[in-house]
Parts: sequence; structure tokens; C-alpha cells
Amino acid sequence: MMSIAAARQLKDNQICFIGIGLPSKAANLARRLHAPELVMIYESGTLGAKPSKLPLSIGDGELAETADSIVSVPEIFNYLLQPGRIDVGFLGAAQIDRYANLNSTVIGDYRKPTVRLPGAGGAPEIAGACKRVIIMLRQSPKSFVEKLSFVTSVGFGSGPSDRDAFGLKGAGPVIVITDLGMLEPDPVTKELILTHIHPNIEVEKVIESTGWNLKIANQLRVTEPPTKRELEAIRSLVAAGA
Amino acid sequence: MAEIVSLSEAIESLLNDGDIVALEGFTHLIPMSAGYEIIRQAKKNLTVVRLTPDLISDQMIGMGCVSKLIFSWGGNPGVGSLHRLRDAIENGWPLPLEIDEHSHAGLTNRFVAGASGLPFAVMRGYRGTGLDEVTPTVAPIFCPFTGEELRAVAAINPDLSVIHAQRADRKGNVQLWGITGIQKEALLAGNRSLVTVEEIVDELDPRPGDVVIPSWLITAVAVSPGGSRPSYAAGYYQRDNDFYIAWDAISRDRETFMKWMGENVLSAAS
Repeated sequence: MMSIAAARQLKDNQICFIGIGLPSKAANLARRLHAPELVMIYESGTLGAKPSKLPLSIGDGELAETADSIVSVPEIFNYLLQPGRIDVGFLGAAQIDRYANLNSTVIGDYRKPTVRLPGAGGAPEIAGACKRVIIMLRQSPKSFVEKLSFVTSVGFGSGPSDRDAFGLKGAGPVIVITDLGMLEPDPVTKELILTHIHPNIEVEKVIESTGWNLKIANQLRVTEPPTKRELEAIRSLVAAGA
Repeated sequence: MAEIVSLSEAIESLLNDGDIVALEGFTHLIPMSAGYEIIRQAKKNLTVVRLTPDLISDQMIGMGCVSKLIFSWGGNPGVGSLHRLRDAIENGWPLPLEIDEHSHAGLTNRFVAGASGLPFAVMRGYRGTGLDEVTPTVAPIFCPFTGEELRAVAAINPDLSVIHAQRADRKGNVQLWGITGIQKEALLAGNRSLVTVEEIVDELDPRPGDVVIPSWLITAVAVSPGGSRPSYAAGYYQRDNDFYIAWDAISRDRETFMKWMGENVLSAAS
């Protein structure tokens, strides 16, 4: 459901910066459904990659072979991402807070971590510079937390004025897609509000799976269930292997 | 002009204990065989620079060659953790590991500044993040024209930069193609440089999107067929994704890791 919900957020011809895992699955799914001309950019430097199956790494050979162009890493970050040329950035993380700030660095103290995670990679600049950011994250009290162990990437900082104050050019996160539902920032306060629950999920379950006092939209909606076509597309993508 | 030498000679003469060494290759063309040779020669107290530490750094850290890591994403791509890196940071095994941590864009710009002979590079980033607070090689800077607050990242100039490429000619001119990542900037930032290549050929005929680095910018070239495995060299061999997945179990446990290194790296000739 997460990949399908995320794929629906993508429009044809958009320029999309994606990482491995759920984002890659969602973008490749969208390309097989309603967005055949979606331009997929992997941070390895492959622009417009058209893989036939899901890659394991962001630098798999098939991404390079099917790309419109391959550019260097300085070009990707300095010439393409930093000036705001990318429409949609996809991010995951280990933790998120109510202002959609993300942690993918450590759990516990930075100098003496309980769990050392991979770290920032391209995430901070994707969060800062893409026109819109879509976040995908499974929802639990451990991942949806009151306070992050570390701020790897900025969503809205501590409120509505922080992105401007930090000089971040993009609009920031527009939606958080979880295995239980979808959250969107309140237009005024920028705090994440539950706007959709996925089919057969109870609101109580979402509240229990959130480490802060989750606000619910006045008009909470149920996510459209997957269509036959969407399910077929995802099955064929998974069957093609990684 | 680059000298064409054996890999073992190159590591012996170009890399000293305590050096800063960059080993670059973004998923593609990772200089794995140079990493093995560093491990075999039991180099110590190295500062390793790599955007994506990958298996090569996991092995060097686990074998006790590394005292500091400068990096921006330390995982096994698509698989999970680098367990030797985690064990060093979380438990100090086999040695405590100091870290200097960036985003990809930040470390990329440190190489760009180093290659440009400048003391720092300017970028829009880091503000509001934890890295801005914990990383000493990031500092605020103000645009002299508009006053905009930006971030400076310190140049990095490794004692030795190592990359892997597809081919060199007999004069030591080097050609690489496919995903070329940060290799050119890393090589130019290095005070000394080593390029391992799949083969040496008479003539470097052009390839689409290739990068050719002239011999006079390179210290040494060493032939190392298969030198990127389990990473890959476009046009020569594919990425061994199964091995990346298998590495998770090999590296998770200290004993299994040491046994694998003993059988596959320490006892192997370069």
C-alpha cells in the first residue's frame, strides 16, 4: 500500500530524485502506471534511468546503461539539486518528528550511539532543495517520536518560519506516507496532521503508533484501495527481482 | 608522468602509516583490490575518506587499519548496516574510530575545494541539521555580495587518493566511463595519486561519456584485473549483488569476518 500510495503522488514528466528501497519501488511503479515519462534521478549521477527491474544499489549497472545522461557527483549536487531543479525528492528515515524533521544518523547519543545508522547521504540537501518532498516511513512509537536523537534533515524545524530562516529553497515535505495512513503538514502551523487512513486500519491504531499527541484532520479520509491494475504492476515489478 | 608499477609496490611506496587516504568510486569502480593490499601490508592509523564507505572501508576498519573515517553515508547499499563500521563506532572494536561526518553534497564540495587548491567550498546546506553542530569542518559564511548566510566546508587534500578505472595506455593516461562519481575530484585533491586499472592498452579509443585523466596528473598506475569486485567495472564485469547481500552475514560476527578475511584476503597474492 505504501508504494502504491506514493506512486499516486507522482505525475508524468516530473523530475524525481530517488533513493533505494521504497522510493525506488514507488517511482518505478508510477513509471509503469500513469507516469511513463517520469524522469528518475539517482544520486550516483544517472539522469533519466529506465531500469527493467528494481536496482539493489543506486549505482547498479542497469541504471547507467538506461540513463539519458550520466553526470558526476559534484554536478548532481551542485548543478542539479542545489539550484532547485528537481520537482520531487523522496526520503525515508529511522525517525520522524511532528514537524517532519528526519533522523537517519544515530539512535541515542551522537558520540556514544546505541545504534549507528548509515547517516545523511544526499538526504539533507534533498530535504532542503527539492520543490516538494515525499517521506515514506513505517509508523511505530519508535519511529514517530516526540524528539529525534539527531536532526539529519530538516522538514519544518520547530515551526512554520524555520525553512525561510535556514534559507531552504524548496517547499519541504508535502506528505508522509506510512503503512497505516498518510499525514500532511497543517498549512499554518506545519505540524503533521493525519489526513488519510489506509483501508481496514483503525484511527486508534495510528494514534497508538505515534509517539506524539497526533492531530487528526476534521475530514479524515480512507485511502483509495489498490486497483487491480496497480496490484498487477507491483507484482510484476517484484517478480522481476532486485 | 605516471609510473606504471605493481599494486603492492604502489601501496608500499605511496602510503604511510598515519596518512589520509581517499578511496573513491561511487558504487561503480570501487578500488577494492587497493583496499585488500592496504590490509595485507597492515597499514595503521589511517584516516580514510570515502563518501560511501561500502565493503572496502568495512574491511579496513575491521582489520584495524583505520583510526578515523571521513564519510557521508556508511551503509551496505540496499542491504543494511556495515557491521564492522558499526562495531567500531558503537563498541570500539577492534579500535575506537573517530568520525568526521558530512552529507554527500558537503563531502563532495570538500573534494572540489581540495582539487581547486582553495581552502574551502561554499554551499547551501547544513543549516538546522545536527551535522552543523557536530562536524568541525563545517562553518557559517556570509555572501559578500548579498549577505546571505551559507556554509563553508573545509577543503580536503588526502596524502594519497586511490581510484579504479577501466583502462590506461602505456604512457599512464587513464580512461574511465559509466558512473564516474567523485573520482576525478578525489584524484586531483590528492597530494599523491594511484589509479588501478583493469588493463593497459595501446590506444584509448573514445567511449561515450568517458573521462580521460592525463598521465601527468597521476603519480602511479597499477594493473589490477577484477580490481573492483564485488563492485563493478562497466564493460568488464557486473556488480556482484549476491555478494553484497552475503556480506551482511559474513561481517555481522567478528570471528566469521576474521576467518573470511584470512582466507580471502590475507592469504591471497596481490
